[in-house]
Amino acid sequence: MSDARTDILAAVKAATPGTDDEARQRLADHRAGVIPARGRLGDKARVDLFIREAERVNATVARASSMAGVPREVARFLAKNNLPMNLKIAPDISGKTIPWTEQTLLSVEEGRADGSETAGVSRAFAGVAETGTLVLLSGPGNPTTLSFLPPTHVVVVAASEIAGDYEQIWGRLRAENADEESEAGARFMPRNVNWITGPSRTADIEQTLLLGAHGPQRLHIVIVDE
Amino acid sequence: MESTAGTFKENAKQALADAKLRDALAKLSDGFPVKRRDAAARLPEFDDLCDQAKAIKEHVLENLGFYLEAFEARVTEAGGTVHWCRSAAEARTTILRICKQAGAKTVTKSKSMISEEIAINEHLETHDVEPVETDLGEYIIQLRHEPPSHIIAPAIHLTKDQIADTFREKHSHLDAARNLEEPETLLEEARGELRRKFIAADVGLTGANMLVAETGSIVLVTNEGNADLTYSLPKTHIAIASLEKIVPTLEDATTILRVLARSATGQDMSVYTTFCTGPKRAQDLDGPEDFHVVLLDNGRTKMLGTEFHDMLRCIRCGACLNHCPIYKAVGGHAYGWVYSGPMGAVLIPNLIGLDEAHHLPNASTLCGKCEEVCPMRIPLPRMLRSWRKKQFEQEKTSFVSRTALKAWAALARRPWLYRLAVAAPIAVLALLGREKGRFRWLPLGGGWTSLRDMPAPEGGTFISRWHKERQP
Ligand code: SF4
Repeated sequence: MSDARTDILAAVKAATPGTDDEARQRLADHRAGVIPARGRLGDKARVDLFIREAERVNATVARASSMAGVPREVARFLAKNNLPMNLKIAPDISGKTIPWTEQTLLSVEEGRADGSETAGVSRAFAGVAETGTLVLLSGPGNPTTLSFLPPTHVVVVAASEIAGDYEQIWGRLRAENADEESEAGARFMPRNVNWITGPSRTADIEQTLLLGAHGPQRLHIVIVDE
Repeated sequence: MESTAGTFKENAKQALADAKLRDALAKLSDGFPVKRRDAAARLPEFDDLCDQAKAIKEHVLENLGFYLEAFEARVTEAGGTVHWCRSAAEARTTILRICKQAGAKTVTKSKSMISEEIAINEHLETHDVEPVETDLGEYIIQLRHEPPSHIIAPAIHLTKDQIADTFREKHSHLDAARNLEEPETLLEEARGELRRKFIAADVGLTGANMLVAETGSIVLVTNEGNADLTYSLPKTHIAIASLEKIVPTLEDATTILRVLARSATGQDMSVYTTFCTGPKRAQDLDGPEDFHVVLLDNGRTKMLGTEFHDMLRCIRCGACLNHCPIYKAVGGHAYGWVYSGPMGAVLIPNLIGLDEAHHLPNASTLCGKCEEVCPMRIPLPRMLRSWRKKQFEQEKTSFVSRTALKAWAALARRPWLYRLAVAAPIAVLALLGREKGRFRWLPLGGGWTSLRDMPAPEGGTFISRWHKERQP
């Protein structure tokens, strides 16, 4: 019996006319397709659109004038919703970047989630105004489980990182990790790139929309202006 | 999965008599199509995006070999492994082997139509590995031992009372007197049950909505977040995908994502869209240590270059089901296999053979709505006609319809005879029906008159009136 890979590739190549050159060029160019005009806005309008779209999909949004203001915003959000004041935070936003200890009511721990937490806090790589989407990258400083296990997810994003469309984020990712980009071009991707558009939901029971299916029931976004 | 497509007619009759199913399907008709229309209307570029999405997949299919090899190279470079499988049986063997190597007792699964296609659950069960579906709809039908009835809403055929009964029976360790009336309580219970399974699982098995050749990434799209818990908690992540799921670049994936959710649920974007590349990096605090992609052919390469080639562009959005008058009348189970609706009627005969699935291409009025809403512009009615033609050529149509077709063809090729054959019965019917203006019963017309009256013809044939009224 010949091997499956050889068989499949032989069958595919016999049936398809393409020349590899065109395809190779396409991978190298990674050209963008039609980008909706919706996101092409000035800085202020773009952030406003991001907020509108995020709220449309049941996220809540608050603004802080600087990183130093984040703990107060988060404490206010937890108190307003009668939630426990405990946070599991991503190492990327540890005490070095955000003065959590100034809010004495908050109890803050760093690390990945294990299912016992009531709220997780992550740092977004970017926001996309087009659909109110957050883009998170996995890494030692930003564990993926924080986004999915705790019933409440708080995400910190800088206003300057909110782009109009997803294509700009791919561009940023390629550029920022360019030194890690191998000739083959794959190394700029972390293990997970997570686009998050609102809190978890399902409509599997009689098409009734319910929030918090497996992932968080609440998604709270703190936009940092400075 | 065992097919019951061969008994489509009986399945459909049963479905039509099922009052609960009719309620559930009526909700579907009011839901998805309206939301899809609104989402498309909110995005002026929607049609252009569909054209581009189609062009992307056309290009991929022309260069499929190149992209598959590029994808494999990137996955390997990132530390993952690609397993090529010709058939469902090869894919089952491969997945079981990886599970056994990982010492797996429990495998969590996020929704994957391909995993239904290869019937992996039964295979794992018989080899002492417990598969746990984690998408809420899939979890419900797994408890009920039913196949999915819709490619994106697998439990669409059930009412909340039926789901409550199932939970009461299967979650027997919980208080029997608990209240399960509201959808919220059902969700809460399922969430609690599945939380324990997520944490305990040794392997996570996901599908993939797309495979990105540029980076070796797999793309997962869900609303619940179950796929993300499926890959991020266990030590091993297996993704299974059929080989036409390839797209060239992240930008191409993005274009397709812009039309996928809008066509499927009418959302602008699904809640969670995830790009997974390789296993976890050395310093990461979570994520799988092993990453496998099972690349399945199972009949796809045989479709390349045939009249069913275009079907390989399908992104499984479900829009053609939601808009199909036949699907909306009989639901997904009547089709008798994993897929259903217009895309199922085209795909199933390709995958399990026309002999077993010969009814399905006829389960269509050819109204054209499916092609109209398909974001990948797949000519579904044309392909359904191709199957019908093949059936006729292979003499798989019934004696009655073959004879009737031949008789009709003989008439249609002789206009004078055709006119006579039409005019004579019309004259007789007009004469017989001139008093009441309608018939309650007609010989050979039971299919019509059992449900409604047949109006009596008035004023001769179309052609005779055309000749008369065209005169100035
Ligand atoms: S055939 Fe078209 S409409 Fe139907 S599921 Fe596939 S992509 Fe969607």
